Amino acid sequence: MSSLTSYLLLSALIFSIGLAGALTRRNAILVLIGIELMLNAANLNFLAFWRYGPNPAALTGIMFTIFSISVAAAEAAVGLGIILAVHRHFKTTDLDQMNSMKG
Amino acid sequence: MTVVFLILAVLTTAGMAAAMGLRNLVHCVLALTVGFTGLAALYLELGAQFVGFTQIIVYVGAVAILAVFVIMMTQSAGALTRPSLSSFWVGGSLVAGSVFAVLAWAIFSRVIPRQMLLPEPEVTVHQIGDALMHRFVLPLEIIGLLLTVALIGAVVLAIRERQGMQ
Repeated sequence: MSSLTSYLLLSALIFSIGLAGALTRRNAILVLIGIELMLNAANLNFLAFWRYGPNPAALTGIMFTIFSISVAAAEAAVGLGIILAVHRHFKTTDLDQMNSMKG
Repeated sequence: MTVVFLILAVLTTAGMAAAMGLRNLVHCVLALTVGFTGLAALYLELGAQFVGFTQIIVYVGAVAILAVFVIMMTQSAGALTRPSLSSFWVGGSLVAGSVFAVLAWAIFSRVIPRQMLLPEPEVTVHQIGDALMHRFVLPLEIIGLLLTVALIGAVVLAIRERQGMQ
């Protein structure tokens, strides 16, 4: 098993953990954290392909990862703000109880 | 595959699985920081020092702390009496398991060419800054705009509406 294969397999495992958390947990904060885990798995893929790719001097993998981390940070800030706003309205962060779209 | 990679992979996977599986939300975020730190160490192992330290600063330093703040502000840390899994948990686990199976099958069925052992690329912060200022200057500006918009949007969303102020 080459190094690239093991990194890809670890990334797939992290992605599946994040997907399972996002789909099965009831709390909105944990669903957001699961989405963050999936983004991190993509970052690990970028870096693994950069390191074992044909042209690591071009820095493309590192640049992709830096921009992806920035977008993920912005997404986390806005998502947690939305959770706060929803909590003010429904008085809960339980996704099973947020079942109406009418304000 | 080295011993260092195995240790880091087990640490990262265990931390992230605990972050998704524990019942107390504060414990979840603590386990999440362990997972993020392990991932940062994996980035260092791959030779991307700048990204590794960025991972620690952004995820362990900012995102996890932000999540702890939201947990405290919504007072959802002590709510342990209700079941923590949603009503859709069987289907969700099945979907996640099948996604992992398909990904693993795709990884193993492709014959990844045996790479010749490349020398570890020397990437300095100087080179990264140079690339950001020349080749990637437009994405950098767009990311700056995006972060500003996200900052304003998060403040507008989270600010408490007073009576008579819409």
